[in-house]
Amino acid sequence: MSDILLRAEALTMRFGGLVALDALNLEVHAKEVLGLLGPNGSGKTTFFNVATGLYAASAGKVSFEGRDISGQSAQAVYRSGITRTFQRSRLSLPLSVFDNVVIGNYRKLNQGVWFNLFRRAGVRAEYDAMVAQTRALLHTFSPALADKMFDAAGSLSMIDRRRVEICRALISEPRLLLLDEPSAGMTHDETAELMDDIMQVRDKLAPFSIVIIEHEMNVIQRITQRCVVLNYGKKIADGDYAHIVADPEVQVAYLGQE
Amino acid sequence: MATLSKISKPLLLGAMLVVFVLAGELLRAESQLEVASLFVIAIVLGLIARRFGWMRRAADSADAYPRTLGLACVLGVCALLAFFHEDHFALLLLGSVLLYSTACLGLNIQFGYTGIVNFAGAAFFGIGSYTAAVLAKTGTPHLLVLAAGGAMAALISCLLILPVLRTRGHYAALVTIAFSILFRTFLEVNDTLGGPQGMKVPALNLFGWNLGANIEIGDIEISFYANYVLFALALCVLAFVMVRRLERSWIGVAMDMVRTDEVAASVFGVSIARLKVIAFMAGNFLVGVAGAVYGMMTSYVAPNNFTFADSLILVSMLLLGGIGNPWGILPAAALILILPEKLQFIQEYRFLLYGVVIILILLFRPQGLLPRSLRNFFPGRGQA
Repeated sequence: MSDILLRAEALTMRFGGLVALDALNLEVHAKEVLGLLGPNGSGKTTFFNVATGLYAASAGKVSFEGRDISGQSAQAVYRSGITRTFQRSRLSLPLSVFDNVVIGNYRKLNQGVWFNLFRRAGVRAEYDAMVAQTRALLHTFSPALADKMFDAAGSLSMIDRRRVEICRALISEPRLLLLDEPSAGMTHDETAELMDDIMQVRDKLAPFSIVIIEHEMNVIQRITQRCVVLNYGKKIADGDYAHIVADPEVQVAYLGQE
Repeated sequence: MATLSKISKPLLLGAMLVVFVLAGELLRAESQLEVASLFVIAIVLGLIARRFGWMRRAADSADAYPRTLGLACVLGVCALLAFFHEDHFALLLLGSVLLYSTACLGLNIQFGYTGIVNFAGAAFFGIGSYTAAVLAKTGTPHLLVLAAGGAMAALISCLLILPVLRTRGHYAALVTIAFSILFRTFLEVNDTLGGPQGMKVPALNLFGWNLGANIEIGDIEISFYANYVLFALALCVLAFVMVRRLERSWIGVAMDMVRTDEVAASVFGVSIARLKVIAFMAGNFLVGVAGAVYGMMTSYVAPNNFTFADSLILVSMLLLGGIGNPWGILPAAALILILPEKLQFIQEYRFLLYGVVIILILLFRPQGLLPRSLRNFFPGRGQA
């Protein structure tokens, strides 16, 4: 089906004796927002790490837009159009906000040594374009943040750091965005605001697919079209929010057996 | 951008004048008492300047007028050159400071930007010197000899870094320590390279300009070291401009990402291996070229000049100056090279002194004398 953007087939990841992903089959459709749920340690983040090439899968394969990307490096996966955020903030705090965001657009920046050292007019043109683009993107999330573009990332508040991380993942206009617990460490209202901002950017760009790992159920209910629930690395439920909440196996996984 | 203190060009120029007068006095000082009093004067001046906020203003002015700062430095070195034109030893020190600064600019790409700690700086410096010693005798044009010194250092560093690319953390540092020790032993047992006695190096001769000859203008005789100071100054300025351009480019951003977070860098397409190789080779190229000029200036190379301890001196210059800030290197190199020469009682304990300097810096001012500021791609244009 051409509708399927990302497909994992019998994807398995073992760490020694621990099976983090157990023959997982999962599809992400084009333009959909998919919630990835499950108790702690159920393999959600591991799935992100395998899909983005940080871990090499023990077995099975991942394909993106019909192309096999399993075994590819993180760099190659990024170039094919998948970006992500991290559960624990991974910004480079000594660098400026601009530096942190602009690295997200690495595949579109000229990396030639000769260009960067000697074609300074060319660098300046790219730089000016990037400043405008970064400012506009930051502005969508928070006008105040756009004014802090040349401050150190370390001087920002928690919510602004999260916004910068999301801007870094968005600036290259990915085909698929993987969000790993964007609400971690934030209040309900802040999370709601952040999600609205992401959706707003999504409407402006060519609509991309999102896979979101999230424990805040109201976030999941509001923005996802479909949810997949994992437990011990296996898929135990797949369907819309109402469907998975009613699923007895999901209730057992979350609340335990009576 | 945070509100800046009032910037002023005259204040910056005044500060630079004070710095260079102090540097000149330090070079001129003959007794240890003079050096000690200079030290006290410098500290008192520094405290007064800080009390009135001039220090902050001078630093902000330096950020705002980088060209003025650069010009002031070049003029300052030229003024010292004119003042000490007869004094072989002072000019030799000045030339050494400039060449060590050039080498440190190279290490700055590795350590300051990309995060590769290189404890074999002196070995790569030595590779440059020895390459010059061997090639200069063969009649190769000397400009090519200098390039070959750098290229040799870059080539060997490439062979050295490739095996450590797959590892993370401190393996690169360990490999460079091993290489630094290996290099010296290799020189000592290698008879074609002169063994422990080392070799003579011909003076640098560029298109008929013999840098090893004294200059006579009328009655004035100028030390031949003045040639080397001028050449080293040009080299240092060129290296500085290149390192600055590198920092203020996409490659510079990517190098900083590699240093601060390799995982995040990979996830956004940065090839860690490519950048580490570029940084290590480009950095050691600069170190090698500086070493080649240094060998020709001192007209002699011996294994004893390129020990592990000498590598530590280079690293301590970076730490003292402020890791990642090319402006910190010049004052740090000047202090670390000139002070021990002027304080004879330190001579025997000089390595102890470097150790103490590093510990004090790391304890009390880990960002160095002149901490690095945020990247400003094209200074002089409004960003905020």
